[in-house]
Amino acid sequence: MHTALNALDLAADWVGFRHVRETTTERAYRDAKPVANETWASQGVLAEVMVNGQVAYAATPRLDVAGLVAAAQQAHAQAVQASKRPLFRFSPAQRPATHLDYVAAAKRPFDSVPVAELSGLLVRICERMKTSDKVVRTESFARSVDVETGLVSSSGADAWQRFSLVTTDFQTTAKHGDVVQRRTDGGLRGRSYQGGWEHLFAEDLWSRVDRVADEAVQLVHAPECPTGTLDLLLAPDQMMLQIHESIGHPLELDRILGDERNYAGWSFVQRADFGTLQYGSAAMTVTWDPTLPGEFAGYRCDDTGAPAGREVLIDKGLLVRGLGGLESQARSGIAGVATQRASSWNRPPIDRMANLNLEPGDASWQELVAAVEDGVWMESNRSWSIDDFRNKFQFGCELGRRIRNGKVGEVVRNPNYRGVTVPFWRGLARVGDRSTFQAYGTPYCGKGEPNQLIRVGHASPACLFRGVEVFGGAS
Amino acid sequence: MRLDRGAWDAVADALLSAAAPGEFLTVELAAESSQFVRCSGARVRQSGIVDDADLRVTLYLRGADGVRRATRTQTLCGEAATDRDRCTATLRALRAEVPQLPVDPFAELPAGAQTSVAETPGQLLRPDEAVEALLGPASDLDLAGLYAAGTMMRAVATSAGARHWFSTTSYTLDYSLYTDGQRALKGTLAGARWDAAAWQARLADGRSQLQALRRPAVRIGRGDHRAWLAPAAVADLVAMFSWDAVGEASLRQGVSPLRGLREGDRALSARFSLAEAFDGGHVPRFDDRGELAPARHDLIAQGRLVGTLVNARSAREYGLPCTGANAQESLRAAEVAPGSLDDRAVLGLLGNGLWLSNLHYLNWSDQPAGRITGMTRYACFEVRDGELVAPIETMRWDDSLFSLFGDALTDLSAAAVFVPETGSYGMRQPGGCRVPGMLVAAMRMTL
Repeated sequence: MHTALNALDLAADWVGFRHVRETTTERAYRDAKPVANETWASQGVLAEVMVNGQVAYAATPRLDVAGLVAAAQQAHAQAVQASKRPLFRFSPAQRPATHLDYVAAAKRPFDSVPVAELSGLLVRICERMKTSDKVVRTESFARSVDVETGLVSSSGADAWQRFSLVTTDFQTTAKHGDVVQRRTDGGLRGRSYQGGWEHLFAEDLWSRVDRVADEAVQLVHAPECPTGTLDLLLAPDQMMLQIHESIGHPLELDRILGDERNYAGWSFVQRADFGTLQYGSAAMTVTWDPTLPGEFAGYRCDDTGAPAGREVLIDKGLLVRGLGGLESQARSGIAGVATQRASSWNRPPIDRMANLNLEPGDASWQELVAAVEDGVWMESNRSWSIDDFRNKFQFGCELGRRIRNGKVGEVVRNPNYRGVTVPFWRGLARVGDRSTFQAYGTPYCGKGEPNQLIRVGHASPACLFRGVEVFGGAS
Repeated sequence: MRLDRGAWDAVADALLSAAAPGEFLTVELAAESSQFVRCSGARVRQSGIVDDADLRVTLYLRGADGVRRATRTQTLCGEAATDRDRCTATLRALRAEVPQLPVDPFAELPAGAQTSVAETPGQLLRPDEAVEALLGPASDLDLAGLYAAGTMMRAVATSAGARHWFSTTSYTLDYSLYTDGQRALKGTLAGARWDAAAWQARLADGRSQLQALRRPAVRIGRGDHRAWLAPAAVADLVAMFSWDAVGEASLRQGVSPLRGLREGDRALSARFSLAEAFDGGHVPRFDDRGELAPARHDLIAQGRLVGTLVNARSAREYGLPCTGANAQESLRAAEVAPGSLDDRAVLGLLGNGLWLSNLHYLNWSDQPAGRITGMTRYACFEVRDGELVAPIETMRWDDSLFSLFGDALTDLSAAAVFVPETGSYGMRQPGGCRVPGMLVAAMRMTL
């Protein structure tokens, strides 16, 4: 890329090349039989060129100098045309000259586990979850990702990062009469982390497998979740979704600026709300933290080269900072974070979430439960929907447990709740302490035109909300 | 990446000829050469060119104890020597991996030897004229959207002799127009030839429609409302049938909400019929093993489940004929049968209720029971006495497909509309669905 950069003769404010090489392997088993053993090896370069403050791109799978030069020339031609009708005139300040060579840690590298051993484990997980005739489907899943990105530019950037990523999942579907229930290990693909196979071959693996199978069978015999205005105690694997949809997306500066309104939507948050909007109760402190070890979307600089570090976005309920990279910060004048990222080499970087976490409070698990007079504990997301301004949401979980007078009671099925973002977060009454704090992630955050799926991580303690509209299933 | 049939055949031939005894291969291509122009405020936010090509190879290894298989997808770069090396490396990696895997009892060796060629040429805007052609006529409007244009290629070849090629040169323009008060209308324009007059007509129509959106919005109450669902909204509802509903595996494995329909316990309206119809040529008919789906495949006829989507794996597992469905057994070319409503009479027939042009963020709220939740979005209005009164504030709804496509379904419009696929996760996706609008006696608003 350096050679191609030196070979270019373009009238441009700035030129950059971003190389991505990503190898993903998925292994999926159902009822102890293989469904998919598939590997994707993707490699290419995104050339970006800035002309008169307008950035345009050209993505190419050709990696030789001639291919890169041709891509830069295509991007230049696009930038020239687009600069006649620019939304905003940027400067090379939005593409910093970062130098970096970072390799994220992985305790158990992917090549240390033979294919047969990995497949054998996934088969055994399925077999172990087949605990009764009520179990009609068992599934196990493991995905490994090895990704390397490199950014070089005319402003002097030379930033290289390499990550190993793991997603694991197993599921049991149980049926009793007309009742069908599915239980997973932390919500669909929720166990997504940076690192190696240590996240699959974990000490608590078999206890989690047993729990998933047992709870699936419990659920088909359980009563429906009650309907009413109740206290709601959310587990970290549901807090992940709650944070993602009702904090992460509304705080994205490109949504606030209107970039996403034709597709993903925009936000109820206005520019004037930063520094003034009491987003939630004083128990709510939200950080953007790309440095938390093992969390799914950590990195040292984003795809524009902006250096990444921990920042507070919501401080004791007060909104203070947005989720936007250098371009959105320049356009909006709002403080942001290094979060302009692309899903691959064939997409331009846009504002994304990365790791967005709710900081622990001071309540032990026992204190959280004791604070509930009449409520429901919910775990593991299974349904999610929210409006295009990120106000009215409705989320469903896999498993609920009734809580009455400070004591955990029976399992209930089809637990759902709905609410409106700011009133809901202002109803945050207690936040669990570090002993309840857990990290999850998802590979499936969708956004952008052209569309991009990207990895995000969310860590949270268990949280108690007051006065939430809770309801059960259709029957 | 623009790849012609000759170049693809050379890649496929080289791989297929390398198969050893006991080895069977399927070789697939997904490629594009596309221009994207993303705009907001009728100005360019981002624009660019994407060349991409993925080669997907599946190796089936037949042994004494059964068939093992694995798949690898590799980016092609368009340089013959480099791509040959990548093909060789791909096959070598598969040969190292497959013997380590357990037998797959439901792996079906490629068997068919059908061939097909479907090429749709186009006349698109040149990359250097797209910005002005799109935004020049809209400079007085707050326009946001994405113009995606170029050639998409899909192909498959198998060691059994099947060989299919599909390419389409086309564009989609997925746009929205806004009032100062953040109310919007949505539109899509698509085709193989850019039509400047059609774009200008759309914008003129949009300017007119924005007048109604400038009226103060009203908040409607929770509960059941009569509603007209415009074709784009119906397309969103129909897409839910792809989420573990009409696939044979989802029915057999207990998660499909249509189990009751199959068992005769539940019913949909006799007015509702759903099929897969490939006669429009918008999407490839072939599956990943080179088998062709029927040109038309009825799934729900007059409210009864008469067919399902069956891929090769389900066919083998459940002993059924394969319908050429994809791995997810999802809809690729959905078509809903029209009804008898005259579009011009819809407002009068609706009387008092809601006009819903678009829905948003649909999800199962209780999948086995067939309950769906979602939002209203874009140009949605309260209608009184057959007249549009005012835009409504965004509402959440939660209802059953057995109601919306069942008891509550009053009628569908006589004219069905092609709603183009505009998705581009990974790559631009071809296709779309053909659906009419739908009048329902009740749709439950919940928040």
